Amino acid sequence: MNSGASTPQTPSPSEPAPKGPPAPMVQFRGVMKRFGKTLAVEKIDLDIEEGNLVTLLGPSGCGKTTLLRMVAGLETPTEGDIFIRGRRINDVPIHLRNLGMIFQNYALFPHKTIFDNVAFGLKYRKIPKEEIAEKVSRALQMVRLPGVEKRMPSQLSGGQQQRIALARAIVIEPDVLLMDEPLSALDENLREEMRREIDNIQRMLGVTTIFVTHDQREALSMSDKIVVMKDGRKQQEGGPEEVYNRPSNHFVADFLGHSNFEWGKVQEIEGDRIQVRLDNGHTLWAQTRGERGDWKVGDAVQMMVRAQKFEVHPRGEVEAADGVNIFEGTVIDRSYMGGEVSYFIDIGEEREIHVISMMRTLIFSKGDRISVTVDPKHCHLLPADDETAREAETKKAG
Amino acid sequence: MKPLLTGWNLIKVYTFLVYIFMFAPIVAVVILSFNPQQFGSFPMEGFSFRWYIRLAQNDAILMAFKNSMILGALTSIVVTAVAIPAAMAFVRYEFPFKNALNTLLLTPIMIPEVVLGVALLLFIRWLQQPKSFMLLLIGHVVITLPYVLLVVQARLVGIKRVYEEAALTLGANPFQTFWEVTFPLLMPAIFAGMLFSFTISFDDVTATLFWATASNQTVPVKIFGMLRNSISPEINALGTVMIVLTISIPLLAGYLSRRFSKGV
Repeated sequence: MNSGASTPQTPSPSEPAPKGPPAPMVQFRGVMKRFGKTLAVEKIDLDIEEGNLVTLLGPSGCGKTTLLRMVAGLETPTEGDIFIRGRRINDVPIHLRNLGMIFQNYALFPHKTIFDNVAFGLKYRKIPKEEIAEKVSRALQMVRLPGVEKRMPSQLSGGQQQRIALARAIVIEPDVLLMDEPLSALDENLREEMRREIDNIQRMLGVTTIFVTHDQREALSMSDKIVVMKDGRKQQEGGPEEVYNRPSNHFVADFLGHSNFEWGKVQEIEGDRIQVRLDNGHTLWAQTRGERGDWKVGDAVQMMVRAQKFEVHPRGEVEAADGVNIFEGTVIDRSYMGGEVSYFIDIGEEREIHVISMMRTLIFSKGDRISVTVDPKHCHLLPADDETAREAETKKAG
Repeated sequence: MKPLLTGWNLIKVYTFLVYIFMFAPIVAVVILSFNPQQFGSFPMEGFSFRWYIRLAQNDAILMAFKNSMILGALTSIVVTAVAIPAAMAFVRYEFPFKNALNTLLLTPIMIPEVVLGVALLLFIRWLQQPKSFMLLLIGHVVITLPYVLLVVQARLVGIKRVYEEAALTLGANPFQTFWEVTFPLLMPAIFAGMLFSFTISFDDVTATLFWATASNQTVPVKIFGMLRNSISPEINALGTVMIVLTISIPLLAGYLSRRFSKGV
């Protein structure tokens, strides 16, 4: 289901390992993991460049944590190889891998002081005592908690404990930093602060990091690369902007942000502009960006538009300017969300679209008849024969 | 005036009677141990430590007391040394027949002690070995193992795997991880298990009767033997000492483990 033949842009799953320097810090080659009969991770190929922060993003049960745990050595791949610095590590025991791992619930040793917690990894690295003390205090300064050496973990707040966990992981100067949903146990307001903290420290140290999360905001805001996963398979891999703006399939488009999907058929192609006759009766233009212009007249497609990309106007106040999609609708529901307004708009044929509009002077209310415009460059085409799309639709219908 | 015979009052009286029924004999033993007369009768004619002094001068009893202490201590050490790795295996690892083996180790709780006593005795005969202190020790380990195993397993289930995983990723090998992380976190349960096994071993009569020899008497077996000959007030004194020990040791242990585990 990765994508139909008509989407050429999804990276093919078995590229050969790139030759020559710089070799990627972490490489997955055909990595697969099965728990009994359940397939947790299915044939993953992935390169992680040195110094990058790569996020594994997906809903729970998508295999992202299993993939991370295989790097750590806490799970063994059923098939495939994992390389760190070009060395195959499948058979290297966990404690010899030189990795820093941060867990969802901090996992600070409750019976040890903060000093002993942070110094734990250094003990096994033959470092003189004075140097250990120095490194620990430097690590604590880095996470902005100096002077807490003598306290016990239970005397610190959740956010502070996670900072100590971060200090404990970075003090050993790991080859790779692994983070398993490190922010999900924190309060909402603390999460943003901690996210920036992790981001800053990661960039300052330049340590290669694999970050597992189901939170798209975390992924979009801090990653060099996002790997979107579902059902153990890689759905898309790319920079935050690429993944958000040019999703390769329905799942990615739906998982990231608020998206509208309409099905239809390609009616006309004019250069990079494609006219689509939608099943709901409207005809809209989509503008592709070069690499996605592989459509033919008659192709079944789904058109994806982000809720934020629609613009709403009072009916009749906008002219049908050339090249801009325009159609009419009626507001059927509205929620005011402070900075923005969320509308559900009936566009006929029992279809409704979700529009998020930044607050301006005008707020429409329920029952208002309006015009909706959307720039063709915000209308993305995806192949219609996407299993996930069908699933989503049947779910909505049921 | 309220009716006196309400259901609630009945329950109160009933509860009170149950307590008297349960504890009156024990209280009687304790009180009579301070009675200076050979044959106890109420009201007591004075108060003395006479029987305690006699007790302290009775070599046979002191010997039995020493035996009981050594046996209890050794039992608790051996049983803990067996129970910790067993609990680790059952809780942390997967292997064939895991549940069956676990149940098997817990069966001594369900088997009557008489059966257990005779069985081990027959087994040792079959091996053509004499009754010895070793036999007593093995027997007591078998009897107390289920209790210690249950306590340690329960605690181990509560220790999240993630602590061990964190230690491993930080560079501690599995053995170091156990000593640095699992063992300290397991300490309260180990401590409790040792006390359990000590008191069970110290108190046991039924099975021990089958295994003890003239030179390897434990205190309860000794008391049992003394009762067959005569009812000496010394037994009251000895009983009181036993009661104080078996109650105070777990209480003390509970207090200590609560103090140690603070902050965990």
